[in-house]
Amino acid sequence: MNPASPFLETEDAPRVDVSFDGASLSLPDGANLAAALLAVGVEVFRHTPVSGAPRAPFCMMGACFDCLVEVDGVTRQACMMEVSEGLVLTRPQAGEAWE
Amino acid sequence: MTQRDLAIIGAGPAGMAAAAQAAAFGLSVTLLDEQPRPGGQIYRDVDRAAGLRGEVLGADYAHGTTLTSALRQSGVEHISGAVVWAIEDGFRLSYTRAGRAAQLTAGRILLATGALERPMPLPGWTLPGVMTAGAGQILLKQSGVLARRAVLVGSGPLLYLIAAQMVRAGTPPAAMVETQSLSDMTRAARHLTGALRGWRYMIKGLKMLAEIRRAGVPRYTGATGIAIEGADRAEAVRFTSRGRAQRLACDTVFLHHGVVPNTQAARSLDVAHIWNSAQACFVPQLDAWGESSVQDVYIAGDGGGIGGAKAAEVAGRLAALQIAQQSGQLPASNRDAQAAPLRRALAHELAARPFLDAAYPPCAEALAPADSTVICRCEEVTAGDIRGYAKLGCTGPNQTKAFGRAGMGPCQGRYCGLTVTALLSAAHGQPPDTTGHYRIRPPLKPVTLGELAAMEDAGQDAAE
Repeated sequence: MNPASPFLETEDAPRVDVSFDGASLSLPDGANLAAALLAVGVEVFRHTPVSGAPRAPFCMMGACFDCLVEVDGVTRQACMMEVSEGLVLTRPQAGEAWE
Repeated sequence: MTQRDLAIIGAGPAGMAAAAQAAAFGLSVTLLDEQPRPGGQIYRDVDRAAGLRGEVLGADYAHGTTLTSALRQSGVEHISGAVVWAIEDGFRLSYTRAGRAAQLTAGRILLATGALERPMPLPGWTLPGVMTAGAGQILLKQSGVLARRAVLVGSGPLLYLIAAQMVRAGTPPAAMVETQSLSDMTRAARHLTGALRGWRYMIKGLKMLAEIRRAGVPRYTGATGIAIEGADRAEAVRFTSRGRAQRLACDTVFLHHGVVPNTQAARSLDVAHIWNSAQACFVPQLDAWGESSVQDVYIAGDGGGIGGAKAAEVAGRLAALQIAQQSGQLPASNRDAQAAPLRRALAHELAARPFLDAAYPPCAEALAPADSTVICRCEEVTAGDIRGYAKLGCTGPNQTKAFGRAGMGPCQGRYCGLTVTALLSAAHGQPPDTTGHYRIRPPLKPVTLGELAAMEDAGQDAAE
């Protein structure tokens, strides 16, 4: 549990290491990726290509595309992914988000 | 390529019920759904969560397990984690699963694509820390994650439900900022007699309100001038209630003022839609069985008009009866006999709806946002931009794409479509039906070249 996170995790699950923008994070294995990142205190997922404004998950159901992250060079919706060992995530560069 | 009698998109209550019912009549059915496990959003991850968090989420949520177990026993092919990105005539469906594109064909299509939260464009709604109330529930259902210091903003039954669930989970919301006013309640009162036929929902609502009150959650009603403050993330909600300016510090803001049909797939098939003024949204034109204006395309559940989970389940069964009859698997007399109790159940489920629609109207300010408010989250187009395009002669939503990229981002207008229609309708003094809606073209969701290159090609596999 991260006391600095605005969110509270209510369950314990085996955790695995992933990296997010160079930082090493320990997340619950198999959890929803967007939820897991929020729970450990990741507040900004990406910046918009137009104004560079910060964004984070909004709908959690694959409709809004605000939670985009980059995995192995492919931009994907974090809310539609599950946590797995060794995931290497980066914030999509402004201007490189899905067009 | 796999050929099926029926392809169903969406494994929520309508899709699951329809799939099991159609399979029971001997139809070959494939059910495609984006999530890893069945349930849709309302019963999200119900098989796991009902055991872990059933007390918090309630009996209505746990009911979803009856649908998931019926689906498992039905023999229906359920392709989970499948993102459908094109439906072509005939019907050929293209979808992506696990990084690979694939196709199947089906004689008939049932869209059970459910609802989206109505866009609630307020100042600051794009800040990290601002989410839909539905997103808050998904965090709780699927992940057991709760917001520690949240303010709930908007109106309607879902807002009370998530507040009550947060109370039960031991982290009550910091406050509720509600937009409905006393005059909304007065207007709704004339629907009260009808609503009492749906007494179960009315009692459930009163119980939730009592839970929220007992937990001491402050409620501010008739809120206006709502803005979310923060530099890089949400820090506070500012508003006026009962003539007094308020500022509530918080970490998370959950927005909600109703849900609207997710019509993206239906529109891509050119299904005719009409404006429903009671629910302030477009709904597909459907017959009593859920068949649309496009032959062999059916729609069931909230995607066909907002009725809730139980109504969706019944609508799914009704559509399956008609599909079975049209496929020659069920005589018309049998179909009608089986439909009769379903129609009674549907009327019962919908009885409270006119009261709820009148009592909790969408927040007026978010239907006509201030000029400076971003309405297209993807391309950061403001309400003022759209009003400006209208002055320049832009009459329809498709033109706003050309004028200023509204609706051109990855969400493809899912969260700005209704707002753009509303703004253009107001600017030109014409009804939403005249203004129309974005034309939706495939791909419905982005598909990568890598996924296309990895397309499963049954014909080629056979030749190799």
